[in-house]
Amino acid sequence: MHLAYPAVLAVLLFCTGLYGVLARRNAILVLMSVELMLNAVNLNLVAFDVWLRDALHGGQALTLFTIAVAAAEIGIGLAIVLLVYRNRGSSDIDRLRDLAERPAGPAGAAGSREAQPDTGAEATA
Amino acid sequence: MTLAAASHGFLSPTGVEIAFVLVGIATLGAALQTVTSRQLVHAALWLVVALGGVAVEYLLLTAEFIAWVQVLIYVGSVVVLLLFGLMLTKAPIGPSPDADSGNRWAALTVAGASAAALVWVVVDAFRATWIDLDGTVQGSAEVSGRSLFRFWVLPFEALSVLLLAALVGAIVLSRRGGDAKGAAETSAPAAGEERH
Repeated sequence: MHLAYPAVLAVLLFCTGLYGVLARRNAILVLMSVELMLNAVNLNLVAFDVWLRDALHGGQALTLFTIAVAAAEIGIGLAIVLLVYRNRGSSDIDRLRDLAERPAGPAGAAGSREAQPDTGAEATA
Repeated sequence: MTLAAASHGFLSPTGVEIAFVLVGIATLGAALQTVTSRQLVHAALWLVVALGGVAVEYLLLTAEFIAWVQVLIYVGSVVVLLLFGLMLTKAPIGPSPDADSGNRWAALTVAGASAAALVWVVVDAFRATWIDLDGTVQGSAEVSGRSLFRFWVLPFEALSVLLLAALVGAIVLSRRGGDAKGAAETSAPAAGEERH
């Protein structure tokens, strides 16, 4: 088999996942797109392992490790998303702007100081 | 590689290549549906198709153990977890018009540009490279298990510790009214309880 087939498929899957991460608004859809990107990397690892006929089978072992790490990642990520949803009432990542830079207000120090209780009130609301 | 390239041709694809391309097109279409569908549950179900297609590609690359692991873990547990997440965050059934954010065209530009650049580089780099699939099977359960427990034992055990840490972390994060959270809630009374 030509090596370009799995490589090109992995590239296209990765870029599809990249589009999803950048364009989606729901946090769980972003996690799905991250899964697509991880799968693209796994496909590359397997294809190159089969091509190189590695004696240690490093590519396939790394693929198994990546799958396990992705499972752990999705567990932690969903726990965080559920926590955010429980505290904020939405999982819309466009509205999670607590760490964003404020537009240049009257004074930077005063702006950051008055932003402090504001975010606390939002978190408990 | 050059010797192998002499016996192959672009215009005479083998059956494995044809199957790979067809399954690849289906996988890519399902992935595109996953990132563009406006119905959140449909996106998760299209993700099942995409991950299953990748598993079939592993089978075609003779990595059968990884294919079954992919089916078990991704299709079996990750997608189920994602569906649980969608239901617990009260995702709307039916089309939700705000599934895509405002920076859609910027995302399309970035993804298209990176796809074009990477496809060009990859095709240019591996133009005359061929995978020999006819020899011994590369990824049967026997071969994978032997290499995993002979050369990769320490990373394997470290991975089990990582999974345990992730499990404990997920439990701590999703437990309602823990100690630290309870201390925070005494100052701001009944923050989480009002919502539920």
